[in-house]
Amino acid sequence: MTDQEILAGLAEIIEEIAGTPADEVTPQANFVDDLDIDSLSMVEIAVAAQDKFGVEIPDEQLKDLKTVQDVVNFVVKSS
Amino acid sequence: MSSNDQVSVVVTGLGATTPLGGDVASTWSAMLAGTSGVRRLTDSWVDSLPVKIAATAAVDPVAIVGRVQARKMDRCEQFALVAAREAWADAGSPQVEPYRLGVAVTSGIGGISSTLAAYDALNDRGWERISPYTVPMLMPNGAAGWISIEFGAKAGAHALVSACASGAESIGYGIDMIRSGRADVVIAGGAEAAIVALNIGAFARMGAMSTRNDEPERASRPFDKGRNGFVLGEGAGVVILESQEHALARGARIYAVAAGAGYSSDAHHISLGAPDGEGVAFAIKAALRNGNVLPSQVVHINAHATSTPGGDPLEARAIEAALGKDTAGVVVSATKSMTGHLLGGAGAVETVAAIMALVDRTAPPTINLDDPDDDLTIDLATKPRTLTPRVDGAPMAVLNDAFGFGGHNVALAFTEYVPASSTAAEA
Repeated sequence: MTDQEILAGLAEIIEEIAGTPADEVTPQANFVDDLDIDSLSMVEIAVAAQDKFGVEIPDEQLKDLKTVQDVVNFVVKSS
Repeated sequence: MSSNDQVSVVVTGLGATTPLGGDVASTWSAMLAGTSGVRRLTDSWVDSLPVKIAATAAVDPVAIVGRVQARKMDRCEQFALVAAREAWADAGSPQVEPYRLGVAVTSGIGGISSTLAAYDALNDRGWERISPYTVPMLMPNGAAGWISIEFGAKAGAHALVSACASGAESIGYGIDMIRSGRADVVIAGGAEAAIVALNIGAFARMGAMSTRNDEPERASRPFDKGRNGFVLGEGAGVVILESQEHALARGARIYAVAAGAGYSSDAHHISLGAPDGEGVAFAIKAALRNGNVLPSQVVHINAHATSTPGGDPLEARAIEAALGKDTAGVVVSATKSMTGHLLGGAGAVETVAAIMALVDRTAPPTINLDDPDDDLTIDLATKPRTLTPRVDGAPMAVLNDAFGFGGHNVALAFTEYVPASSTAAEA
């Protein structure tokens, strides 16, 4: 899966859970500061990402995933 | 100020979402038309239950709250927010200093559908699949929290739980918040969304629910000989309470004076009312005393009257015990005949109805009262009835009764608002 495909998949998830329009989900976007996503919604996003990309994102990893690109990198590294 | 020198509290906003309509206006007009909100449930889970009817909400709250916010909220919290938004807008969206704005909104049961969904997720797919919003969705104070966030209310957000008296008790608490000087404005009410298999099964196990499945619209029939239990409803009611001083200063429209609240606890049985409604009578008398209201001023009572065989006559006796000879001039309505029983939302929706009755000077009907109990001494409206003052010069008063499992009894008293200038003119 390419970075671009992962980004598109992530944007779909974020739109579903947080209502953020997909075009705002850019690689540099910070979940808290730019996308207004709180820690509870991050848990939901992580679970949805696990289902979509088939990689496990442990809860203790979540605090290090600050931007959309961090998640893309994590998925690439783990798959 | 009233004669006992308390801060006078008034009602400046009303909100409701019920089985009869998605707001106060549609609910009230359906009530006056004698419409039943009870329907046959089509969910497959009713197949195994003895009760297959309920009064489901007329308007889906998700459509109003919005999909993204709704997924973080239990349905009862969604109802509460919808009613709170209506009440707040109705009050003219008052400017209030955040630490002078309070919330007293609750649910009797809490987020039961969210609890059950989380339990299914746990059992079927493991703990990681439990929604991280489950705790805020199941806690009965969730609605109070969400409403405080939406309106920036920082004087305290409270959730009093007393089963089916919860909504009325919350309004009583809101009155006290203002009287005690903690707040200028309080958003107060109750909500419920408990039309789920577990809840229906559990109430049915107590023998409390109507099984008139083939005639849903005729199932809720308070004070009628053919009644065989209550019908579950869902929705919310919210009122905006405000110190009279604050309301007058901003030129708010005033619906009524929130004159007083009365309480008692039966200390008798966990789900059966005390014999002869002694505790209920005490609460009614306490509300009148608390609000400086004379029994002769009372023109209307929105009764708790759930349509159970035992509960309704007990309330009728309590009303008579509390009001004595003045019972004869009081028009009583049992609006659960139309809305079903909203549990923790009931006292709030029925308070909204009682205030509308006072404002419109019209008591709503009690439907399905075809064959009243023989020894009834209260005057039940079966059609809309005009309310007229009984005592020259004294404002009309209306009451709302609400009782809950656990032995909780609450009565609220509201009176017509008489502007100071017109009092002076009459004097």
